[in-house]
Amino acid sequence: MDIEDIHKNTKILIDGTPYNVDEAEFVKPGKGRAIYRLKLRNLVSGGVIDRTYHSSDTIEEVHISSQDEQFLYKEGDHYVFMDTETFEQEFIGEEHVGDKKNFLKEGTVVTVQRMGDRPLDITLPITVDLAVVKTELATKTATITSQDKKAVLETGYTIGVPTFIREGDIIKVDTRTGKYMERVVTKK
Amino acid sequence: MTEDERQRLIRIKPNLERRALIYQFIRDFFREQGFLEVETPIRAPAIAPELNITPFESENWFLAASPELHMKRLLAAGCERIFQLSHCFRKGERGRQHNPEFALLEWYRAKADYRRVIEDTEQLILTIARRLGPGSVIQYRGQSIDLSLPWHRITVRDAFLQAAGWDPLATLDPLRFDTDLVTKVIPSFNPSRPTVLLDYPAAMASLARLKPNDPRVAERAEIFISELELANVYSELTDKDEQEKRFRQEIEQIQREQGRQMPMPQSFLEAVANLPECGGIALGVDRLVMLFCNASSIDDVIAFTVDTA
Repeated sequence: MDIEDIHKNTKILIDGTPYNVDEAEFVKPGKGRAIYRLKLRNLVSGGVIDRTYHSSDTIEEVHISSQDEQFLYKEGDHYVFMDTETFEQEFIGEEHVGDKKNFLKEGTVVTVQRMGDRPLDITLPITVDLAVVKTELATKTATITSQDKKAVLETGYTIGVPTFIREGDIIKVDTRTGKYMERVVTKK
Repeated sequence: MTEDERQRLIRIKPNLERRALIYQFIRDFFREQGFLEVETPIRAPAIAPELNITPFESENWFLAASPELHMKRLLAAGCERIFQLSHCFRKGERGRQHNPEFALLEWYRAKADYRRVIEDTEQLILTIARRLGPGSVIQYRGQSIDLSLPWHRITVRDAFLQAAGWDPLATLDPLRFDTDLVTKVIPSFNPSRPTVLLDYPAAMASLARLKPNDPRVAERAEIFISELELANVYSELTDKDEQEKRFRQEIEQIQREQGRQMPMPQSFLEAVANLPECGGIALGVDRLVMLFCNASSIDDVIAFTVDTA
């Protein structure tokens, strides 16, 4: 596309890396060439850079798709998802899931952003409910409010929880902070 | 979120009222000095060919990108002091200070050069400031600006040597010139005073004459207040052959680099033969209104822009 057609939130590709146009400023000396000053956010790393373009420069626009997919199971170093509209299965490599694996349990629906076939990012629900598979019994001296007791969740993630949490409880976790929020189900 | 049209227009109504006052003060200023208000075609068969200004086409004619050529045809016929407030059109120019359709004030004086026209501009803007109320010190985007005379003048060469570290008369590099002008030179100007940037490299003269005692530069100036480029001033080129040669080069370059076909403005060239020595200026009225309304965007001083038309 021509630089003239750029606007805020256009997605462009520079050296194979996708960027979002966070800001586009048009400046032009009356008799001179148009200059476009862009603030670009790297869609893979999140880093922000400034770039200056001139009229008649061309840039590569990139289409980013976004769809809801349900996590089915893990197979080797791939995570298998199912498109909730087409029911097609999609394989996403471990490297794209990253730390989000800590909150990914079978059945969770996430939003997957792709550039062509290439997965860029996975957006988790803000909270997920996960079962505690291992934690120690509270000692009598522990205070009720502290969250310094360690618990291992069904995804393998280790989290700080209040002392009253026991193995088999289901707790709500904030996926943005990775912190315990509340107990959802108490083991009978 | 898009603002409801009615709310938007109510919000900018004080600016539109101030805009109308500014138009009135501009007309008063020129009438009092014996200038004739003129009107020239908005749609014409030929306009000045300019590499960096893309015109809108209209049934094989063009929408005016400036009224300059017709104004000079009037000068050549003996109208010695003329001014015009008109709408002009430039394709693709859209930003915080740009709308593809915009208001231009042009005026020309016979038997004068660019210095005299710069003085007119100083007087005009100071007069508007006084008549609007605040006097010679105005507030724009959190900055006090003192409009009292005379304004600071600096040559292009000195400004570039100081702010960008190179001499644009020694090195011809239009792309670097435009980039450094915007990113280094203009930001280096004193924000509390207007700045007049004088004497552009001869290759960027356009329709200006070269300085008689220094042909490396053209008698061309630009006037800046805050970050606003307000006006472009010339001692007008009155040499028909030189004008035709520059137009021919520009037309060839436009064809070569952009594939655009621009016709030679023949009627204008014939008039240049009779053009008296004169100075002229194009001043962006929307930006002038922005300045006096303390508005950071051109969208706040135009009722309907390209996005809301």
